[in-house]
Amino acid sequence: MKFTLNIWRQKGPDERGRLVTYEARDVSSGMSFLEMLDSVNQGLIAKGEEPVAFEQDCREGICGSCSLVINGIPHGPDRGITTCQLYMRRFPDGAVITIEPWRARAFPIIKDLVVDRRALDRIMQAGGYISVHTGGAVDGNVLLISKDQAETAMDAAACIGCGACVAACKNASPALFVGAKVSHLALLPQGKPERTSRVKAMLEAVDREGFGSCGNQNECEAVCPKRISVRFIATLNREYLWSGVVESGLPAEPESPHAESA
Amino acid sequence: MMKLDSKIPPGPLETKWDRRRFSEKLVSPNNKRKITVIVVGTGLAGASAASTLGQLGYQVECFCFQDSPRRAHSIAAQGGINAAKNYQDDGDSVGRLFYDTIKGGDFRSREANVYRLAQVSTQIIDQCVALGIPFAREYGGQLANRSFGGVQVSRTFYCRGQTGQQLLLGAYSALCWQVEQGQVTMRPRTEMLDLVMVDGQARGIVVRDLVTGRVSIHTAHAVVLATGGYSNVYYLSTNASGSNVTATYRAWKQGAAFANPCFTQIHPTAIPPGDASQAKLTLMSESLRNDGRLWVPKMARDHRPPEDIPAAERDYFLERRYPRFGNLAPRDIASRAVKAVCDEDRGVGPGGYGVYLDFADVVAQQGFDVVRERYGNLFDMYQRITGEDACHAPMRIYPAPHYTMGGLWVDYNLMSTIPGLFVIGEANFADHGANRLGASSLMQGLADGYFILPYTIGHYLATAKLISIDEDHRESRAALQRVTSRVSRLLNVRGRRTAASFHREVGRLLWNHCGMSRNEEGLKSTLTSIPALREEFWRNVMVPGLGEAFNQELEYAGRVADYLEFAELLCHDALHREESCGAHFREEYQTAEGEPQRDDSRFAHVAVWEYREGTSPILHKEPLAFEFVQPTTRSYQ
Repeated sequence: MKFTLNIWRQKGPDERGRLVTYEARDVSSGMSFLEMLDSVNQGLIAKGEEPVAFEQDCREGICGSCSLVINGIPHGPDRGITTCQLYMRRFPDGAVITIEPWRARAFPIIKDLVVDRRALDRIMQAGGYISVHTGGAVDGNVLLISKDQAETAMDAAACIGCGACVAACKNASPALFVGAKVSHLALLPQGKPERTSRVKAMLEAVDREGFGSCGNQNECEAVCPKRISVRFIATLNREYLWSGVVESGLPAEPESPHAESA
Repeated sequence: MMKLDSKIPPGPLETKWDRRRFSEKLVSPNNKRKITVIVVGTGLAGASAASTLGQLGYQVECFCFQDSPRRAHSIAAQGGINAAKNYQDDGDSVGRLFYDTIKGGDFRSREANVYRLAQVSTQIIDQCVALGIPFAREYGGQLANRSFGGVQVSRTFYCRGQTGQQLLLGAYSALCWQVEQGQVTMRPRTEMLDLVMVDGQARGIVVRDLVTGRVSIHTAHAVVLATGGYSNVYYLSTNASGSNVTATYRAWKQGAAFANPCFTQIHPTAIPPGDASQAKLTLMSESLRNDGRLWVPKMARDHRPPEDIPAAERDYFLERRYPRFGNLAPRDIASRAVKAVCDEDRGVGPGGYGVYLDFADVVAQQGFDVVRERYGNLFDMYQRITGEDACHAPMRIYPAPHYTMGGLWVDYNLMSTIPGLFVIGEANFADHGANRLGASSLMQGLADGYFILPYTIGHYLATAKLISIDEDHRESRAALQRVTSRVSRLLNVRGRRTAASFHREVGRLLWNHCGMSRNEEGLKSTLTSIPALREEFWRNVMVPGLGEAFNQELEYAGRVADYLEFAELLCHDALHREESCGAHFREEYQTAEGEPQRDDSRFAHVAVWEYREGTSPILHKEPLAFEFVQPTTRSYQ
């Protein structure tokens, strides 16, 4: 198979970028999209030219490194997969394919198709955890968690942090990313003690990093390689609302009749 | 002359770790604040260690080459994590997990280390639950278990087929907490390229900032390497493309001994290799062997489609050869059995590199939905890669390099032969002997990081005499000089071959002669081929671009250069070990039935290799004394 590739090339964060056309020849249908790019790069290196910089690592759809916008869609035309899981049999022979980086103000371009996603780590550092010290945890079976609850928490926890949700959103909102983590921890009893402070701290970090707000248009869910559901954005909004209720001084739980005397 | 002191506490096995913890000196809370520890790598071992050290009050500098610590390759572990909880009441215990692991490692690991691993396994599960890891649950709300290759109890905890991901994200969240607390400074996209040694102690590292290309020195009171394994020396493996041997290999060249490098695990159930452009092999979780049955046609070169081959003409070769364990035989044994039937021309699929993994029976018994719930994501993965649906036709699988039991030598306290250099997780050699059982790598990574290193490093820091140093120290500058001159050397070759072409070639040499089976002749010929290939690399490699810039090809070429040296060490070790044990199968040492022949009289030792410039590596031996278990022939028949 043979393809014409229009690839975004940009030397550095402050340089102007542009689409450059390359031919990919002798591509077999069983090649992965990234292997096809590898072969283009091998040709460039052999000529002493700089290869196209792109991110990849595990090549099995779990590390969240790969991050290409293919013909305008983050991770390409198929739902529920990462770029590294896309195979060339998906494209007709001779197709023209445009390859661009994630685009968002909070994800500055480092080089070519590689962007800086540390903003997502900083959101996690703001509150995407349960503050428990190592050691001294109670037996794992002390906390009974229903199967459904554990499964729903797992649905949310499956997020790989690739940032496709941000890249797909016209507002560059990470609502799905944040919603997944907030929901995962809020659904489990272990996450309850920090429930209100977590959601607020994470959303404040979102604003600080220059991400946009959620417009409820669900492009994020459509491109999410792990098919994280937008209902976790609804959970995020409920959690945020709840944190406001708690802050306004309304009682979180009905007051105990013994509260005064205790 | 290198001295090996394993520092194993004497006395009863059950109380060794307790007594060690009590005898260790502690660092006072005030002093911890003044101590800096460097942690390299953010997989299960590195992230859990960095977080725990931060919680204890140390200043931690943590490095990873990925753009985020959450991307370390622990993320890809699928199946589960073992722990001797005995929640199923099926006869499990710390003693049994210990024995299974020692036996699974073919009696080539230390009793004391393995027992401690089994002891802390139960704490790991509790810690992970506390961190919010959504383990699979029963309907009543209790933790669910499944059984895993090589054992007869259900002790594996799991999160669908993404256990590694969830455990890593748990450790990553603990790390995030400590970053937020100001205890850990996280430096992603930063690659360790050398070790700074002062007065014989590890005192820092030289790193290259992968964005700017700047090379710099970071000093500390101790250095922890959690840099994973080296399966990528084979080029095609199940590891992430970034996984590499550079950190441990560079430490070796500074005097840290390397133990049992030839113990490399070839995992039986990966998707078979396709064409020459293939960049990695994708693992299908071992848990598939709980329900899938491995078979090949009885007849050689039988090219009929699987559904046209009647049951009587199929050879369920694992069930036939190992009736007691059947399809759950340990990885090394299953891999060799697959190779054996393929060598008889009974392999299936392109090139005959494959065997069937068939789910037809379990689908017939339990229904499609049950199987789908259990393995859905794995079936999807298989379909995407091969274009075939495993629910209707059997999968094809073939072994692939997956995990390395060998690594830097460490004592019971996880310290290498360099004082102040600690090594944890897959990067060390300690716990798995000659073969690792399924669901044990996650256990070991977290045991080292959460529960063992944070204790043992304290004793070192409390007792070692450490002078104050900085980036301008003579040794720091020397280390920096080594790195910068190597970087410019790589850039200045400007030859005609890509680094990948050398990597592929050295990988093929190793796979053919130092892979699933090895023999003296092949190893000796490889030991002469590698230096020639290395010489060509330094004469003819092409690395475009600049050093002081984002340059992925430069990163890669540096790693390949290390593989081209490290491959020799692997072959030396495989050549010295004139026996077959675990994952190391020497063709000269097998029974008439093709089963491995271990030689405890000559090889019940850890092979510990010392670097010496200009000559072959020097072999030292740490004898393995078995006080509590009797090494037996490891039979799964």
